[in-house]
Amino acid sequence: MAAPLVLVLLVAVTVRAVLYRSSLAVFISERVEVASPLNAWKRVVEGLALLDLGVSPYSGDVFHETPLIIYLFHFLIEYAELVFMGTLKRSLSPYLPFLVFLLLLFSLVQFKKQKLLIELDQYAPDVAELIRTPMEMNYIPFKVALFYLLNPYTVMSCVAMSTCAINNTIIAFFILATIKGSAFLSAIFLALATYQSLYPLTLFAPALLYLLQRQFIPVKMKSKDFWVYAVQYAFLYLGSLVVIICLSFFLLNSWDFIPSVYGFILSVPDLTPNIGLFWYFFAEMFEHFSLFFVCVFQINVFFYTIPLAVKLKEHPIFFMFVQIAIISIFKSYPTVGDIALYMAFLPLWSHLYRFLRNIFILSCVLIVCSLLFPVLWHLWIYAGSANSNFYYAITLTFNMGQILLISDYFYAFLRREYYLTHGLYLTGKDGTEAMLVLK
Amino acid sequence: MAGASVPLGLLLLGGGRAESPRDALREELLLSPLPSGDLAATFQFRTRWDSELQREGVSHYGLFPKALGQLISKYSVRELHLSLTQGFWRTRSWGQPYLQAPAGAELWVWFQNSVTDVDKAWKDLSNILSGIFCASLNFIDSTNTVTPTASFKPLGLANVTNHHLLIYAVLPREVVCTENLTPWKKLLPCGSKAGLAVLLKAERLFYSSYHSQAVHIRPICRDASCLSISWELRQTLTVVLDIFSIGQGKKDWSLFKMFSRTLTEACPLASESKVYVDISSKDQENELLEVIPPPLSTHEAAVQGERKTYAVYDLLNPALFNVSRSLNVQLKWKRPQDGCYIHFQPAQDRRRPHLLEMLIQLPANSVTKITIQFERALLKWTEYTPDPNHGFYVSPSVLSALVPSVLAMKAVDAEQSPLFTSLFPSSDGTSYFVRLYTEPLLVNLPTPDFSMPYNVICLTCTVVAVCYGSFYNLLTRTFHVEEPSRGHLAKRLANIIRKLRGVPLL
Repeated sequence: MAAPLVLVLLVAVTVRAVLYRSSLAVFISERVEVASPLNAWKRVVEGLALLDLGVSPYSGDVFHETPLIIYLFHFLIEYAELVFMGTLKRSLSPYLPFLVFLLLLFSLVQFKKQKLLIELDQYAPDVAELIRTPMEMNYIPFKVALFYLLNPYTVMSCVAMSTCAINNTIIAFFILATIKGSAFLSAIFLALATYQSLYPLTLFAPALLYLLQRQFIPVKMKSKDFWVYAVQYAFLYLGSLVVIICLSFFLLNSWDFIPSVYGFILSVPDLTPNIGLFWYFFAEMFEHFSLFFVCVFQINVFFYTIPLAVKLKEHPIFFMFVQIAIISIFKSYPTVGDIALYMAFLPLWSHLYRFLRNIFILSCVLIVCSLLFPVLWHLWIYAGSANSNFYYAITLTFNMGQILLISDYFYAFLRREYYLTHGLYLTGKDGTEAMLVLK
Repeated sequence: MAGASVPLGLLLLGGGRAESPRDALREELLLSPLPSGDLAATFQFRTRWDSELQREGVSHYGLFPKALGQLISKYSVRELHLSLTQGFWRTRSWGQPYLQAPAGAELWVWFQNSVTDVDKAWKDLSNILSGIFCASLNFIDSTNTVTPTASFKPLGLANVTNHHLLIYAVLPREVVCTENLTPWKKLLPCGSKAGLAVLLKAERLFYSSYHSQAVHIRPICRDASCLSISWELRQTLTVVLDIFSIGQGKKDWSLFKMFSRTLTEACPLASESKVYVDISSKDQENELLEVIPPPLSTHEAAVQGERKTYAVYDLLNPALFNVSRSLNVQLKWKRPQDGCYIHFQPAQDRRRPHLLEMLIQLPANSVTKITIQFERALLKWTEYTPDPNHGFYVSPSVLSALVPSVLAMKAVDAEQSPLFTSLFPSSDGTSYFVRLYTEPLLVNLPTPDFSMPYNVICLTCTVVAVCYGSFYNLLTRTFHVEEPSRGHLAKRLANIIRKLRGVPLL
C-alpha cells in the first residue's frame, strides 16, 4: 500500500507544480470560489506589508487572518530569504497543507478496526455481507488520499495558495489526535481550529463522544464518569483557547484582531460573491431585518450539533463527518477547499453505497454546478449579458446538491444500522418481502 | 647620543629617586563600512612608554610587555615592524586601506647605530620573534632578506643615515591562525579580558576575508619640544568581515553579529578607550547610515585626502553605559529614495476611504510608475445610488512637487507683482511649487438585481429549510417495516380506476 500512496503523492505534487507554473495560476487565485475574504493569499501579503509599514494589519478591512498566521508567514518569509533567497516562500505554500493530511489516513483504519471488534456480537446473524472486512479496509487510507489529493477542489485551493489549506491541516491533526485517543492534543488542535475560523467549535461534541467511547465511559446524563471526563476535556479545550488568544494579544499588543477576525466571521459585512448562501441574501436584505437574519444564519450552523449528538452518540466519527459538512456548507465564507475536506471522508463510507438513493443525480448536480460557476461569473461580470441572479441560482443549486448529498449519506448510514440490528432480509408478517419506511 | 643625556640629567635633578617610567595605553576600534557592503574593523592598541631602553638594567615593566622590551634593549633595535596577514585587501571593492600588509609574514627592522654585526643580530632577532609569536619566522635567512636603500624609511624618530642598519624580509607562505593570535593578545596589558580586546575571538576573526595583525615598535617624541624619547608599541589588527558569510546577506551590522560579543567596559589600565564608526556619506547609493545607540559625540578628520566624519563612543564615559550594561553598536542602512516617507491609512468599509501618501525622490531622466491594486466589494442593494449602472468613481491622485528652476528667481513682493506670479508661496528662488491631478477613474461595477429582495429571501430560506427538513426527518423518525395495509379511500379509488384500465393494482 505504500507504493500506490507514493505514486498518488507524486502525481498530486506534479499536478500542482504544473498548474502553479502555468498561466492558470493567476486565474485560479482570482476566482471567488477558491479565495474568500477570509483566506485569500493576496490579503495575507497585504497584511504582512502593512505590518512592515508599521500600521496595524487590522486597521483596514482587508486582512482577516489571525495573528498567529501573520507571524507564521512572517517567520517563513524571513527564514526563506535567508536560506533560499526568497524563492522558498512562494513555492512552499502550495504544498504545505496537503502533505500533512496523509497522517489522517492511517488513523482512520485503526478506528474502523476498533469499531468492528466492539460491535461484532450485537449484530443479527445474516448481515455478514454488510460488515466490512479488514481486507477492504486496508485500502481506505489510499482511497482517502486519492480523494483528497486529486480532488480538483483541493488542487485549485492549493494553487491559489489560500490559507484554507492550513485550516484543513489543523482539522486533520485534530481528527488524528482524537482518533489516537490523546485528549490533550485533540483539545489543543481543536482550540487552534476554533481560533482560526470560529465554526470548528461544534466539533467539540463529536470529539468528546469519541474519546468517551474510547475510554468505555457510557454517555448517560446521570453518570459521574461522563461528567468528569467532559469537564476535563472542556477545561483543556477552553484553557488552550484562552492561552492562544492571549498569545495573539501579546504578539500584536492589541485586541484589534477580535473584531477583525471573529466579528467579521459573525457579522458578515463583506458581500463578495462566493459559493455560499450568505452573500446575495444579505445584499438583498431589507435593512430592518439584517441583524435578525445574520443571527438566524449563524445559529443555523451551530444548531444541528445537539440533535446530531443525541442521535449519533454511538457513531461519533460519522457525527464528525456530518458536522464538518454542515460547517462547510453553512459557514459565512465557504470555499471549495472546505468542501474538499468533507469530501475526503466519503471513501470511509463507501460501504453505504448500496443504500444511497440519489447519488447519481447529486454527483451530476455538483459537477455541473462546479463547471458552471466560472461560466456564469464571466457572463455576469465581464460579458454583462447575464446578471447576478444566474450566479446566485447556481450557488443555490450547488448548496442544495451538497445538502442532499449529506442527508443521503445520513439516510444510508441509519438504514445500514437498522439492517445490522434487524437482519438484512426483512420479511413482513405474512412472509413477503417488506419495505422499510421512515416514520 | 645628545638626546640621551638630557633625560639622565632630569632624573638626577629629581632627587636621584629611581622612579619607574610612566606608560600609557590607548585602545581604539575603527569600524568602516566598505562600499561593497562588507565591514572593516581596525583595532589599535598603543602603549607608550616614557623610558630610555638604551640603558641596561631597566627592570620595571608596566604596560609595555617585557618580552618586547628585553628584545629591544638586547638587540639594540631602533624600530621593529612585524605583520602577519591572511588574505588580500581588495582595493577595487573595498577602497583604500588604512594600513595594508602583504600576505604572509613581513618583518623589517631598523637597528641602532651601535650594532656592529647586523646579520647576526637579525638572525637572533628573527628566531626570538618566531618563538614569541609562534610563527615560523625562523625561516628568515639570507635567501629572503634584503636591505632596501630607498624605501622603508624609519617611521619613528630617527637620525640615522646608514642604510645597512635596515633589514627587510617577507615570507608570503606564512599562514596566520589562532596560534599567532594568542601570543599577540597576551602582549596586551589587559589581555583579552577587558576593554576592546574582548571582541577578539578567533572563531570570528579568522572567518573573514582579510585578517592582518601587526606589531610596530618605534621611538617617538615624548612631547612637542621633542627633548626626550618615548617608546611606542602599536599593536594593530585589521579584519574585514564578509557580508555574505557573517552578514547573512544584509548590510546591517552590529558588534554582536560581527564578534559574537558586546563591550561591557573599558580596559582599566587604559587612559583612553574609544570606538569610532565611519559615518561619512558615500555618494554612490545615497543611503543613510544610522548608528544605534546614537553617539554622544562625533569627530571630523581629513583621512587619506578626504574629509570623513566619525561617530565616537568613549568607553570611559560613564554616560555610555547608562541605558544598558553592554554596548552593542549597530549600523543600519536606510534607503531614502524608495519613498522615505510612506503614510498609508487603509480603508474601512462604509466608514473611511484609503489614504496613501508617499514622498519620493525621482531619479533624473527616468519614468517612475506607481500602481495600486484595489477591489471594490458588492454593496447592499440599498447602498447603491439611483443610477448604479453609471459606475463608481475613484478619486484622482494628487502630485505635489518642488521642481528645480532653471532660472534663478528673485523673491518678489506679493503686493507689487502681478497676481499670477504669487499664486504659490516659494521659500527660495531655486524651485517652484506645482500641484498636478490625475484623471478620475470611472469603474463599471456589477450590481445585484434590484427587483429581487423578496425572491432572494424566499429562495435562500427554502434551501436552508430543505436542510432543516431532511435533518429533522432523519433525526426524529426511525425506520419501520411497512405493513401492507388495506389503504385509504384515495387508494381504493385509484385501484378501481386501475382495474378498469387493466394496470396492476397498488
